[in-house]
Amino acid sequence: MPEEKREIVIPSQFLGDVKKNKAGHGTFIENGKIYSARLGILSKREGEEYINVTPLKGRYDPIEGDFVIGIVEEASASSWLVDINAPYPALLHVNEVPWDVEFGETEKYLNHGDSIMAKISQVDVAKKIQITLKDRNLYKIKGGHIIEFEPSIYRRIMGKKYSMIELIQKYTRCRIFVGKNGRVWIDGDAEGIEKVLQAIYKIEREAITFGLTNRIEELLKKDAKDVR
Amino acid sequence: MKSKSDVKLIDGHGKRIDGRMPHDLRKIKIEAGILHRAEGSCYLEWGGNKVLAAVYGPREAVPKHTQNPLRAIVNARYNMAAFSVEDRKKPGPDRRSREISKVISEALEKVILTDQFPRASIDVNIEVLDAEAGTRCAGLTAAGVALADAGIPMKDIPVACAAGKIEGHVVLDLGKEEDNFGDADLPVAISPRTGEILLMQMDGHLTLKEFDEALDLAIKGCHAVSDIQKKAIMSKYESVLEVE
Amino acid sequence: MPVISSIKREYLSKLAEHGKRADGRKFDEFRKISIETGVASRAEGSARVKIGNTQVIAGIKMDVGEPYSDSPDCGVLTTAAELIPMASPDFEAGPPRGDAIELARVVDRGVRESEVVELEKLCITAGEKVWIVFVDIHILDYDGNLFDAASLAALAALFTTKVPAKRFELGEDYPLPLRDPPVSCTFVKYNGVVVADPSLDEEEIAEARLTVATDKNEDIRAMQKGLSGSLTREEIKKVIKSSIDNGKEIRKILYKSIGK
Repeated sequence: MPEEKREIVIPSQFLGDVKKNKAGHGTFIENGKIYSARLGILSKREGEEYINVTPLKGRYDPIEGDFVIGIVEEASASSWLVDINAPYPALLHVNEVPWDVEFGETEKYLNHGDSIMAKISQVDVAKKIQITLKDRNLYKIKGGHIIEFEPSIYRRIMGKKYSMIELIQKYTRCRIFVGKNGRVWIDGDAEGIEKVLQAIYKIEREAITFGLTNRIEELLKKDAKDVR
Repeated sequence: MKSKSDVKLIDGHGKRIDGRMPHDLRKIKIEAGILHRAEGSCYLEWGGNKVLAAVYGPREAVPKHTQNPLRAIVNARYNMAAFSVEDRKKPGPDRRSREISKVISEALEKVILTDQFPRASIDVNIEVLDAEAGTRCAGLTAAGVALADAGIPMKDIPVACAAGKIEGHVVLDLGKEEDNFGDADLPVAISPRTGEILLMQMDGHLTLKEFDEALDLAIKGCHAVSDIQKKAIMSKYESVLEVE
Repeated sequence: MPVISSIKREYLSKLAEHGKRADGRKFDEFRKISIETGVASRAEGSARVKIGNTQVIAGIKMDVGEPYSDSPDCGVLTTAAELIPMASPDFEAGPPRGDAIELARVVDRGVRESEVVELEKLCITAGEKVWIVFVDIHILDYDGNLFDAASLAALAALFTTKVPAKRFELGEDYPLPLRDPPVSCTFVKYNGVVVADPSLDEEEIAEARLTVATDKNEDIRAMQKGLSGSLTREEIKKVIKSSIDNGKEIRKILYKSIGK
């Protein structure tokens, strides 16, 4: 399978013609020509129609169905305002949580500073965002540590077929939940958490390079405990 | 204090006070991503100018009444540090800063794909640390790099450059004395891909023919600076790619 | 403004119980400090200081003006700090907020009360004309501990300042007359531990803050306590000792940057 070219492109760079290709993510069309709208990595495979640009940087763009880690900003009478590390905050309505919350009693369940694993349930045209806790494995988070990373490297942290994240979990024995919105929750012993952090920072720095999975494995192997 | 009659700005061979020829740019150095908190940033040196640009956003625009339900608003804030000029400038925006902020905001708005972010604002901060004529061009150019560095979707990376007239000669990129004692100053910003003009102001006196010449020259200058911008944006990542 | 999650808060507290900090530093350890002088050529003196990722630039401008009525034969020193919006997503443009004013006043007090600038040597004509020293501080990148970064930047800038006598037709330019500088060190307390040079996260969970400036004789020259938590006398004593120790190291870095 032809290796994906890691070509970095910048806004305004010419990528192709609408006659031969289709404009995918991170591009725009002008006068029948496709240009890059972002600083990112070009994905233009032989024999494939779509030209995509995967951004190297940029704020998280919420999409319905995404799993995210939110931090509660404030509790109102029948909802909570939640920071999801996006250009806009998200609304969590009392009907979207697994508890029976009385009107005005929202603070008893979630308060300023609480962290939750949630799912984006709706994004409307004006980018008003709603999230829900009504799904398997969604709940209020306790313990562990939360850090932020560059949302555009989410795929690299997960790896092809989750290979990267599983590698990290194997060597650190930590529970890890990676939010699409550039937040990750890590739970385990102090050493394990520290190793996960190092791995994530390294992936962030070297996201565009090849052979990253091997280098991460080497990093994790250094004074690793016995692997399950 | 020097007066106009004392200073000879250009000699018979076209050599200017700082040794440049009429179509020479001052030395430019650009570095992207030099700040930690800002989403995107750029440090730029242009002749004796030193400017810093930082981008935050897109984020929900505040106060709420400024929100545009269809797209993001672009807030560029140009400011000169108190110590950036010979006679200390009192901190805070003055009328000149406000005007420059406005024309830069408008220029940036044209190239940013603002309809992807309704109700949001994209905040661009330009700080002049050392001033030597042409700060608004330096500021806008730095802002363009900072916006790309921040991952803001754009149709193009905006760039600016000025041309002017000194002692009857149309020259590129005025220096300090040329700006003070010259006959005209024409800062221009363009979208290099299309050649569209995003910002243009003129001070002084130009005939129609001189204006055409100056505009052509400024646009040529913009393209040269655009190459430097693009190299700066790429070099941050190219060095990472080499580590394999 | 982005909320700090209580999980992060608890994690940092737990680390503290085990004698650790999130970035691996010891409790009394400062982040890497770098000082670059002469960064603004139109200023009479300037410096850029980095403490970790926190970045501050200070510029000195001088002018001739009237002295204060209660000190007719002394120069005038005035300090301003700008928390420009570039430094943090939380800073907005506009009139100075409480934090900026406190920052400027603390730095100003540190410089003034320590009498670093020999103002009595900046008199031109008693009662009429004296030198005015403007210290302008710009915070460029806020990642914790603005007090120390700003103070250090102001000092480094002052130490490279030349009085622009020529421009005012008052003779030849000469170095600003200065005494030995005090160095400030800031500490915060959270979950019962006191740490030096707080990072941004540590500042956000801090209950109390203490800044102490010491001089080369190990004497205390300025102090400022902030936030609503309390400190015990033991803690204050430890902070003073740590300020003296760290101050020594920081003074070495300062002298190196100004070529002493």
